[in-house]
This record gives sequence, C-alpha cells and structure tokens, in this order.
Amino acid sequence: MIGKRMINIYLYTRYERFWHWLQTILIVLLLITGFETNGMFKLFGFKAAAEIHNFCGITWLIAFAFFVFWLFTTGEFKQYAPTTRKMFEVIRYYAYGIFRGESHPVPKRRDAKHNPLQRIVYLSLAAMLLPVQMVTGFLFWSYNSWAQWGLDWLSLYVVATIHLAGAFAVLSFLVVHLYMITTGHSIFAHTRAMITGWELVEEGTEIEEWEQKERKTPQPVS
Amino acid sequence: MKNGMPIAIGLPARALCLVVCLATISFAQVEVLDENQAPGRALAQQATKGREIWITADHSKHPVLQNEFQSGPEVTAACLSCHELAAGQFQKTIHWTWLDPNVEPELKVGKGGLTMNNFCVNIQSNEPRCTSCHAGYGWRDKHFDFSNPHAVDCLICHEQTGTYKKFPTAAGFTVDKPTVFKGNGKTYNPPDWNAVAQSVGRPTRRNCGTCHFFGGGGDGVKHGDMDSSLMKPNKELDVHMGIDGQNFDCVRCHTTSVHHIAGRIYSTPAATERKSLIEDDLTPKILCESCHSRTPHKPGVKANDHTDKVACQSCHIAHFARVNPTKMWWDWSSAGKKKDGKPYKVKDDLGKPAYDTKKGDFRWARNVQPEYFWFNGAINTLTALDPIDPSKEVAVSWPVGDMNDPNSRIFPFKVHRGKQGYDKVNKTLLIPHLFGKKGTGAYWAEYDWKRSFDSGMEYAGLPFSGEFDWVETSYVFPTTHMVAPKEKALPCSECHSRNGRLANLTGFYMPGRDVNTVVRILGWIAVLGSLAGVFIHGLGRFIAAGRKEK
Repeated sequence: MIGKRMINIYLYTRYERFWHWLQTILIVLLLITGFETNGMFKLFGFKAAAEIHNFCGITWLIAFAFFVFWLFTTGEFKQYAPTTRKMFEVIRYYAYGIFRGESHPVPKRRDAKHNPLQRIVYLSLAAMLLPVQMVTGFLFWSYNSWAQWGLDWLSLYVVATIHLAGAFAVLSFLVVHLYMITTGHSIFAHTRAMITGWELVEEGTEIEEWEQKERKTPQPVS
Repeated sequence: MKNGMPIAIGLPARALCLVVCLATISFAQVEVLDENQAPGRALAQQATKGREIWITADHSKHPVLQNEFQSGPEVTAACLSCHELAAGQFQKTIHWTWLDPNVEPELKVGKGGLTMNNFCVNIQSNEPRCTSCHAGYGWRDKHFDFSNPHAVDCLICHEQTGTYKKFPTAAGFTVDKPTVFKGNGKTYNPPDWNAVAQSVGRPTRRNCGTCHFFGGGGDGVKHGDMDSSLMKPNKELDVHMGIDGQNFDCVRCHTTSVHHIAGRIYSTPAATERKSLIEDDLTPKILCESCHSRTPHKPGVKANDHTDKVACQSCHIAHFARVNPTKMWWDWSSAGKKKDGKPYKVKDDLGKPAYDTKKGDFRWARNVQPEYFWFNGAINTLTALDPIDPSKEVAVSWPVGDMNDPNSRIFPFKVHRGKQGYDKVNKTLLIPHLFGKKGTGAYWAEYDWKRSFDSGMEYAGLPFSGEFDWVETSYVFPTTHMVAPKEKALPCSECHSRNGRLANLTGFYMPGRDVNTVVRILGWIAVLGSLAGVFIHGLGRFIAAGRKEK
C-alpha cells in the first residue's frame, strides 16, 4: 500500500447495491426462519417463522427474475464467466501474499469486478446453489399442488433434505464472505464500496483484456 | 466526486427503505384480511341461521295421552296408535339392536352381541344393569323379544320434562315406587306418566345425554369428549353446543332419517364422502366439512392445506374432558380387596373413585391431551371369539386408517387403558358375569373371578378353559365434541417440533419434527469449519500486520 496512490472508482451501480442488500436481508431472514422451522431453536415461533420464510422465499424468487434480466441486458453476466487465469496467483495471494502486505494480483475495475476465485464462487452461487434452493424451496412451498402437477412421485423428505443441505452451504458461504470483505485495503473498504458504490483502488493498475466484461475491438467503418 | 458521495450513500438507503415499506405493506394487507370472516365460518353460520322448528301437533291435547298409564309399554302403545310405523322403524336401528347392521346378525358383532370393551367388558349375563340404557323395556336376558313393538321406549328419547328416569338395574324399566339405587345413593321416582307422555318432542341433548354422557355406568366414564358438562356447556367448552352461543342440540349434526341417526357405527364411518352442503344440500351434517367446507380458513392460510391429512378435530380440540374428569385406566385385576371383610371404595383428588372392591383400580384425568392416529372413520373392535396376543398390550378397539388412504386423517383419540381377564389356554378375552344374585357366579355378589368367568362365558355359549390371567388392553374413542373456540386451536409447534404431539406417527416427513441427521451434522461441520478457517486466517493477518509495524 505504501508508495502507491489510491484512487476512488465507481464500482457498483445503484441496482447492484440494491440487489446485494436486498439479497442480504432475504438470505439472513431465510436462514434464521429456515433453521427455526427445522426445529433448531425458537425465535419467532413456528407459524411466524414459516410465514416469514415463505414470504421471503417468494420475494426472492421474483426479485431473482429481475436480477437475471439485469445480468443479460447489461451484459454483466460476463463478469461471472469462469477462468483459470491468475487463479493460482489469487490463491497464492490469500494463502501467503496477504500476510506480507502484497497487492492483490487481480485488482478491481469497473469492467472486472471479480477475481477468478470470486467468479467461480459467485457463479456456483448464482447458477447452482441459489437456483437449487429456489427450486427446492418452491417445491416445498407448493407441496399441496404436487398431485395436481403430476409431481406426486417426489419425496418431500428428499426435497426438504436437499433444501437443508443448501442452507448449510449458504451459511458457510456467508461466514467466509463476511470474513473476506475485511480483506480490502482497509477492513471496511469493501463494505463501504457496497454501500456507496465507490471503492478505493491503486492507481494505474491495468486491466487486462481477458478481465474486461466486453471486448471492444474497433471495427473499421466501411 | 466529493459532491457525488452523499447522493450515492442516500440511494441505497432509500432502496432499503422501499423494501422495508413493501414488506410492511404486504404484511399489513394480511392484517386487513383478518377482519373478514373465514369462509368456513360464514358458510356454517349461513347453514344454521334462522332455524326455527315448528310443529303442528300439541301432544298435551291428544285424548289418548289423557288415559291413565301404569307402565312404559302402555305409553308406547298409545304413541303407536297414531305413529303406527314408529316402532317398526326404530327396531331396525342400532339404538334398538345394539348390533352392527352391516354385519350378519349371526356373527354377533355389536355391544348387544360378543363385541368387547375394557369397561364392564360385555353385556352377556349382565343385561339388567346394562340395558337401563336401552331404548326399550325388559331386555333382562338373551330371551328378550326384539320384535315386540310395545317394548320400544319412546319416552327416553322424546319426553321433555326431564323427570323420566329408568332405574339403573331394571332392564330399562322405571320404578313403581320411590327407590334408592345403592350404586349412587340417588332416589328414583315413578314417572308422572301423563306429564311425560304429553311432553314429547324432538330429542334434545338431555335425551341423548342421559345415556351417552354416562356411558360405562357413570359420568364421563367412556367418552372423553362427552359427559354431563355438555348438558349446559358454555362456548369455551363447546363452540357449537354452548348455551351462550349456537346452543346446538345433538341432532343438529346427528341428523336423522327414519329413526336412523347419523354417526359412526362400529366399522362403518359416519360418512364416507366428505361433502359440504354446497355440494349436496341433503347430505348428513355429521362432518365438520358438511357446514364448514373443505377449506374453511381464510384464503392463503396454511391450515387450509392441512385438511387433506389432518382432521379439524386434531387442532380444534386440543384437550378433552376440560370440565369433568374422564376415566383413563381401569384395572380389574385388583378388584376384590376388602377392608374388615367388607367391600370398600376410595376416592381420588378429583372426587372420583380410585378404588372399588367390585371393579378394581381407576385413574381419572381432566384436560387430557389426545393421542393421534390415522383414521378413516372406521373402528374395529374385538369380539370374545377373536384370538389375542397377551404378551403385549391388546387393542380391544383400534382406529382403521392409513397415511396413504385419501379418506384417512390424523385424528385425536381418547385411549382408555386397563387390565382385564383373558383365557390363558384359548387366548381370548373373557366375559365376566358381574351383575346378579349370589349363587349365580356374579362377581359383584361373590367376588370369585373363576366362577364369574365360568358363568359369563357359559351364558354367552363360549368355551373357557378355567385358567385365566390379566392382560393390559386399550380401547379408543374418537374425540369430536368439545370443539374449542378458534382462539384455542393448537399452535403449529404442538406438532411441528422434535417431540410434538405427532412424534409417534411415523412414515412421513413433517417440517420441524423430522431432520436428516447426517445432513445436519455435516452441515454444522461445514459451517464450523468455515468459521475456524476464517478465524485462523484472520489471526494470521493480525499477527503479520503487528510484526510489520515493528
């Protein structure tokens, strides 16, 4: 950090921040009420917990549709494209470099918000874990209509167990995620960025072409 | 850049506010809906509103009822002089035969036959005592003439003075002169025949309750959800019968057709189709669904989704015997003990008999939590012919049902347990001869079980090896009366919890009760592992940072 000038860049748009915090609220509520309806503790009471859980689940499902729409209309989905490039450097950084005060090998830029590790994690989250939770959650919620929909071969126990396993995976992610946000230039740098949209980065870092979400090759005008 | 910052901070905050507001609005809408009535209630109130029973006959003016009567059968003859078909109708009903009408009479299924219970066990050889609750006169023994129309007792179901009392041990007859019954110390008076005969009308809950509230020979002995507290209950005890509410008579739901009264008869459910009055306006009103429909709760309420598997009674009758105690245990094996050579009785804290030399040990309870079983409306009951397995508790009666049967629901039951005699060689339950004179083998006169079983089984025409012992048995009663006000319905967590009310019903997944232990353990290992990982990583950073500063 010493010797390098820090500059503020606008990293997260209004919608991204809104989506992030909406998802935060929903996930936290879903985790709490989900584990409560699972019989692990008593907080809201079973009835209220189940109602909150259903409400949040359906809200999330609808909001997720908007998120997918946003991903594809803005082309932001490219930020989630998995890559192995610099993967080793990033792993090495978190395992070693971070303790020595080295700079992050893949700094954040507007067109490259995620490092290779983040890409893999967020892609599995958004494209696998969360959809699995949404599908199993929706099935759980619509249990009484299974026969009508020809789904009565399904086992509620299996659906519930997958949903529970997913919940543990989300909680584990949350633990690591909460820790990782303290690994910025300062402990609250990433949090601040997710609230204001502005993140401090080292000046002059180049974004390599592969990191950019769009490849703008100038085309000759004929 | 500096100017841009506050706006950037403001917007996410506003977005968050929006979400919170949206959430509040949708919850508020649920609140508003709360003020509307649940459709099931509205339907039921419509089905029962403005019901005034009107009649065109004044029985006190009928000349035939001015005659002088000496006995019940004479009154019956007078009734039949106008209602010619009544006795013929009545004699086809279970109230008369005490036999399952859906089983060949030769098989003797029914309490008038060989069907057993774990109270006084069976009526064979004990008739005069048991048949004080028969709507007839003179069922003294197995030679009773079931075809005699004048033996029908019209009054017990129809008289409205409340003064007509059959003597407890007189085979359905009243007394000729005031007589004290030693069993309860009460004096029974001969009826004022003209008054009772002229008072007749539709059966009220006192008519039905005279027998059904006192089944088993005392208040609340048999049913957990029917006892004398239902004569004049408040809404709190029974929302339908409460005199401060709907004030229903029994026949409001137990509708009748040619003297047949709607309700379960042994293994025949009260209704096989769960139809509401909307689907069939002539359907018997015996099920909750009849008036309340299959989805009685407000739209979107989860309980509407439960009605395919959970009976209304399961949530709406959280406890039975809420006013008067009901008998839960009857151990015949301890009968016969004497004090100073004499039979004696001991009362419990509830004022109910805890021991009686004649009958053994009792346990009573108030405000009892039901036991839950899958139930399709049928109950199977052992007869004295059925083989038993005395190595474990013998179910004398049990609910029929299965979780995969679309007609079955999870239903609340009173389970009456106890010990009763069985034949060690033939492996059948034994019929004791209880009531009778000395020298007949009657237990209540001689206190000799061997002679009692000898006499009872011989009377019933059944073999007895002479070797007997005691076996624990259970007997079930569906809990369907004493429906509590909606505020007293069970909270979800009573069943949706690890050791809730349905802990014993296995074979299906229920949220809050069941969890895959492997997933739960692996899940917590993953979460705790992540926590440990980030803790160690953080500690490393902290130490590294400290070292650098030095």
